[in-house]
Amino acid sequence: MSVIGVVGAGVMGIGVAQNLAQAGHEVLLVDREERILEQARTAIARNCRLSRMMGGPALDPDTVLARITTAVGLGPLAKADIVIENVTEDWETKRAVHAELDQVCGPETVFVANTSAIPITRLASVGSRPERVVGVHFMNPVPAKPVVELIPGVHTSPETVARTRELLSSMEKRWVDVKDASGFISNRVLMLTVNEAAFLVHEGVATAEAVDEVFRGCFGHPMGPLETADLIGVDTILYSVEVLHEHYADSKYRPCPLLKQMTDAGLHGRKTGRGFYTYASPASPAASTASTASVSTDTK
Amino acid sequence: MSDTTSARILDFITARFPQAEITETEDIFSLGYINSLFAMELVMFVENTFGIRIPNDQLRLDDFRTVKAMTELVNRLRPAAAVPTA
Repeated sequence: MSVIGVVGAGVMGIGVAQNLAQAGHEVLLVDREERILEQARTAIARNCRLSRMMGGPALDPDTVLARITTAVGLGPLAKADIVIENVTEDWETKRAVHAELDQVCGPETVFVANTSAIPITRLASVGSRPERVVGVHFMNPVPAKPVVELIPGVHTSPETVARTRELLSSMEKRWVDVKDASGFISNRVLMLTVNEAAFLVHEGVATAEAVDEVFRGCFGHPMGPLETADLIGVDTILYSVEVLHEHYADSKYRPCPLLKQMTDAGLHGRKTGRGFYTYASPASPAASTASTASVSTDTK
Repeated sequence: MSDTTSARILDFITARFPQAEITETEDIFSLGYINSLFAMELVMFVENTFGIRIPNDQLRLDDFRTVKAMTELVNRLRPAAAVPTA
């Protein structure tokens, strides 16, 4: 049976690994440290346990985890048929990983870059086989979101796209075809919205709760943009806005200073226990009283 | 009904959603601003605070819709010997 490699055991990598394992794939999940992989196994077990309650399928954590092998470093990915890369949305980090993957992996390997903003053609230029690199923008939480953006680069071969579609179908995902332009569809719109929402809080125009209430109560969105930022990760939002700003050199993507400060302060949202809101505890929401975060501008 | 269990659950919810003015029987997910992601936090809170483990096949959203339902869940699963004075 084929092995699907998953690089990066952060929020997205964990979701991708779980989704693949649910679909019956043998998964090899790698990261830089054993500690991160241990946290990933705990998070996957918890997410499987809560799956049915959250509207997903009933999942046995042990069955799902039994299909996921973890390892430190990229070396073990030599045996992977498809590698899905989910590392931090930062060009230097992604560039280094793709360069090493090109050295490590076999000639037939397909490289899927899970990115929300970095151009696929640029990532594909790092290695020696751009025809085997394709972009897929998974949404968070991965197992619960049925649609992804599928982005071929300039040199991506039809065979690579076909193999990727086959994999996505096995994961019960549908895809939207998007041409390769930084931010694709979703983040061109979403990141500007979140950035502007952060400016409203930064300037003291409205609280985070007020901003989110307008989106929920007036527009009928299930979540407001700042709750969404906390779910995605404030640091990831900042990186994505910075990528758009750098790529288009357009001042409309100027990152809100509050996003920078929150990222520096470790207020990254749900995963660190505090962002625009405060959560029970990092990674696993748990016991402790919580109140609305007062970031530097005091959102209360 | 108005024991410390329900009071602690209510405190947890109102600390997170200060604007919530809820009763013990109100469906918190019908308020509009509490979504099902918060249910995950409630599961962790209830298990850690009251020292119970909800069996996987008994995790149901309906048990977390109201403070009353959560209190009953805790009372059902808490070992009799460990029940603190209410």
